[in-house]
Amino acid sequence: MDLKRTVKFEADRDPEFARWISHTVGGERIRHCLQCGLCSASCPLSLYMDYTPRRLMHLSREGFKEEVLSSSSIWLCTACYACMVECPKKINITHLMYALKERAIEERFYPKRFPIPVMARQFCRMVRSSGRITESWLIVRVFLRSAVWRLVGMSGLGWKLFRAGRIAAKRENIQRTHEIVTLLDSVAATRKELAL
Amino acid sequence: MKCAYYPGCSLRGTGRAYEESLLMVFGSLGVEIQELDDWNCCGATTYLSVDELSSYALAARNLALAERDRMDIIAPCAACYLVLNKTQRYIRDYPDIKTVVTRALGTIGLEYHDRVRVRHPLDIFLNDVGLKAIAAKVVRPLKGLKVAPYYGCQIVRPYATFDDQRNPTSMDRLMEACGATVVSYPLKTRCCGGSQKGTLPEVGLDLIRYLVEEAQMNGADVIATVCPLCQFNLECFQKEAGGRRHPISIPVLYFTQLMALALGAPAETIGLQRSLVPVEPVLAAKEIVYA
Repeated sequence: MDLKRTVKFEADRDPEFARWISHTVGGERIRHCLQCGLCSASCPLSLYMDYTPRRLMHLSREGFKEEVLSSSSIWLCTACYACMVECPKKINITHLMYALKERAIEERFYPKRFPIPVMARQFCRMVRSSGRITESWLIVRVFLRSAVWRLVGMSGLGWKLFRAGRIAAKRENIQRTHEIVTLLDSVAATRKELAL
Repeated sequence: MKCAYYPGCSLRGTGRAYEESLLMVFGSLGVEIQELDDWNCCGATTYLSVDELSSYALAARNLALAERDRMDIIAPCAACYLVLNKTQRYIRDYPDIKTVVTRALGTIGLEYHDRVRVRHPLDIFLNDVGLKAIAAKVVRPLKGLKVAPYYGCQIVRPYATFDDQRNPTSMDRLMEACGATVVSYPLKTRCCGGSQKGTLPEVGLDLIRYLVEEAQMNGADVIATVCPLCQFNLECFQKEAGGRRHPISIPVLYFTQLMALALGAPAETIGLQRSLVPVEPVLAAKEIVYA
């Protein structure tokens, strides 16, 4: 029998995580959260989440790192900003969702071949090499690395879009792609230097 | 004053009809534009979840390029519009972000001094051109056409720059100026799921279904959108979302396509033929003659 304690103890918390969330960009006001639940009520995706935004805010600021980073909620968030508009304490919830996503990707808190981090990585790679996104190429690359069989299902739609002239066969490039590489390398260097 | 036109990646792909019709409308209303020199991807919602600081630097390159050319930016894509606005605000509010961005821009010979305004075509049409001037130029009124105006998320949230956050009406008023009838559409700012149809399809389809069904239930002939991703989701997946039990078929056009039509643009120049759900039967039924 797999028995688990259902109540968390103080010692299960990760105080570093709690400190990080309230010091990260957008997290300044998380301690002001009233737990009123307007975020969860306005969220079009909270119906599908394991922890609603209200619960996620509380778990994060108390340092329940495992629960938060392995929660489905951070991947369900589409960044529609409904919660942020309604929050009476003006907490930047949407931005915190981004921060949690970034951290979950960094620490690999997601199932294997999960398409969202795959897409995020391919997206960044394409921006670095071309400066712009060619949607069709991005979609093919993402599904080759996450769910190849779904490419077959999408081929009908792809053909229709191609006939309507909505799929560019050629990849979009900016002229001065070297500027993008220089720019991104500089960000990485400054981040290291200032320990951001 | 001339503005820098920042199309964004989608308007060169699935959203080509948006660009085609937008340029027609700019032309007939006399809005002067020039494409932003060598613009790059704004990072959209995706880059922010991998590397926040880099995403601000990417967006800031576009801001700096416009500033160098002394122009304001027009960003028709909802994601671009939000990301550019957000970047401006975060550079203002967080000194660390400002340092990172300023240094990064310095390495490619650019500067940013917060002198550029980021604007949406809706804002330009309403506040610079004006509804009266637009109504005066309508040669083919969209009489009897019932439109559900769908704003989506990122145009009015979180920064209500030119319209109300909960009940925006700028597109409603534009459509009425073009002679169309606007139907009640309470879900006008509810999320379409973004890229979720690709990544978590069951959830994405649900969100799409609510939106399209509501428009149809409220008697709309056509949905008008402002965002390439919303347009793509609502049009290309409506059949799949409705399934056999709730068959759905409603054209989803960019608001600029409807405007261009009213302003007398020839149909083939505004990308009507690029629709996967044909709009011609609807226009024919309303006796809106176009060529």
